[in-house]
Amino acid sequence: MEVISDKFRAAAAESLANTQLQRALARIPERFVAARARAAAEFGEFEPLRAAGAAIRERTLARLDVLLERFEAEAVRRGASVHWAVDAAEANRIVLDIARGHGVRRIVKSKSMVTEECALNDALEAAGLEVLETDLGEYILQLARERPSHIIAPVIHKNREEVTELFSARHRRPRSTDIAALCQEAREILRPQFFAADMGISGANFLVAETGSVALFTNEGNGRLVTTLPRVHVAIAGIEKVVETLGELAALARLLPRSATGQAISNYFTLLTGVRGATESDGPEAFHIVLLDNGRSRLLGSELRPILRCIRCGACLNHCPVYQTVGGHAYGWVYPGPMGAVWTPALVGLERARELPEAATFCGQCQVACPVMIPLPDLLRRLRTRTTAEHLRPARERLALNLWGYAARHPRLYALLTAFAARVLYRLGGRRGWVRRLPLAAGWTATRDFPAGEGHTAREVLRRERSG
Amino acid sequence: MSAREAILARVRAATAGTQVPPAPEVIPRAAGTLTEDPLLRFRRLAETSGSTLDAAASPAAAPGRVAAYLKEAGLPQTAVVWPALAALPWAAAGIAAAARAPRATDAIGITAACCGIAETGTLLLLSGGDSPGATSLVPETHIALLPRACIVCDLEAAFARVRAEHGALPRALAFISGPSRTADIEQTIVIGAHGPRRVHIILIG
Repeated sequence: MEVISDKFRAAAAESLANTQLQRALARIPERFVAARARAAAEFGEFEPLRAAGAAIRERTLARLDVLLERFEAEAVRRGASVHWAVDAAEANRIVLDIARGHGVRRIVKSKSMVTEECALNDALEAAGLEVLETDLGEYILQLARERPSHIIAPVIHKNREEVTELFSARHRRPRSTDIAALCQEAREILRPQFFAADMGISGANFLVAETGSVALFTNEGNGRLVTTLPRVHVAIAGIEKVVETLGELAALARLLPRSATGQAISNYFTLLTGVRGATESDGPEAFHIVLLDNGRSRLLGSELRPILRCIRCGACLNHCPVYQTVGGHAYGWVYPGPMGAVWTPALVGLERARELPEAATFCGQCQVACPVMIPLPDLLRRLRTRTTAEHLRPARERLALNLWGYAARHPRLYALLTAFAARVLYRLGGRRGWVRRLPLAAGWTATRDFPAGEGHTAREVLRRERSG
Repeated sequence: MSAREAILARVRAATAGTQVPPAPEVIPRAAGTLTEDPLLRFRRLAETSGSTLDAAASPAAAPGRVAAYLKEAGLPQTAVVWPALAALPWAAAGIAAAARAPRATDAIGITAACCGIAETGTLLLLSGGDSPGATSLVPETHIALLPRACIVCDLEAAFARVRAEHGALPRALAFISGPSRTADIEQTIVIGAHGPRRVHIILIG
């Protein structure tokens, strides 16, 4: 998928001016933040559970090679095929080869962010295959030819009227703006497609090493249909998604839905192991699992390693004042919000997404909400440091930072400059003592006033007090 | 070098010498899981997630309760049942039961849960030769029989039970908590997305 993260500022400005989007985003605090808080309170020992989740994910990362090999051996023993893809292009090639090898024409998909990361649909369609998204949100996006704006609520940016327009243009049925009727319409349109499809593609919430299983958490039921009815199932997973045991999976199963939607458990939690048995009447005859690296192994040895704990719940998006204000599209790739501001530069390169780590207030809510305790503000800070160290900032910003750096290393000069600035601010404050407009920072003061201070620096005040 | 070797080599290089942190000593369960009566908790949470519940004294009494439910809900007395349940007296209860895998047109599917999980009010269904996964998924109404004795406290106990009874995991473990739903449009919950609209649980025994 095309990366347009370098246009964050412009895209964010557009989002702010989009009143429809602002109305949609206003639902986040109640539907997601409050729902998660209620679920955590009802659970009771949610903080110890988060600590356990973090430990489990760290244990995975410390032995990732061993667990991946064990997962592969167990999955193969049960009749699945395991494929390894260094990057997105290779993953797409593998899936295409699988489709060709099984004579596949029609494909149904359940929601998977990793296939968005690979732009898998484009690759399959370019090869002449029919690909249909079946998650309601993803189906709407496929009709609209848009990308998801949230990792678990992909059409959070759209309202029902827009869905009505899309459906009536495509389905040629009586128009309705009733949400339940729209869901029913999608159900009726999509239902025959599950039966007609030759192949189902899913992601994987987790891979279980000791059993070679793929775990999926869904609510709509399309994930189960996609992995039960077609004769071929392909599951694509990032290599970091593995856990060792079913016991570890049980712990993460308590964290994921509560953090994502505030549910104690998703409607469907499915554990898939191997292929259809000789006596079974459903389930895939062929089960292919594609393990995607795409930059993850490089992260493992880097300072950004904790992001690999991520279980894609979306809590950090929901709790982020920046995400709540600009929505997901402004982030310009697949993963938005705080986790996206780390994943995007980590996977596509900081030079193509350098504005994302800047799009944070460092309020720390993402870290507080993260079910596996990823220190997101710290990771963003490290990316900011790298942005400076690698000279990726614009010339004006570099100059300003260099000047400040020079002053900070020369105490007398610093004292002189700050004393001058304190007096200028005092003057600007006028009689009321509030600065309303600051030269060189008019954009910042366009929406803010601030107290002007008393015209002296702390050092001057201290010196006066000591001598007096 | 193959992709597999390349990826594993990079992972090995990055993890070499890393200390494996200790496993968490305790995995907390939802409040009340280990103290509340499992049956009461199961009932309460299954209802919270949108399922309805009923009871029958024995497996042989289940078809009668199914017939009563279908009548009350205004649904036809025609169902596709798991071949594993073919021997129950369906005809005597007035139900036209077909013991086979479901088709797109089947409206009612009847299954039997391997166990019920009290922690979240969840059913666990196992796939197999005489227990097709699609029966709990394709029809609009899913009716599950659940022996009272098969209610366990938590997910860990459910996994342990499956392993004790089957050794290796069956192909599909479906943990089901209520009817299917979506909240994709305007974050408004709608029941009955791609799966069943109704989940009815009959406790046996």
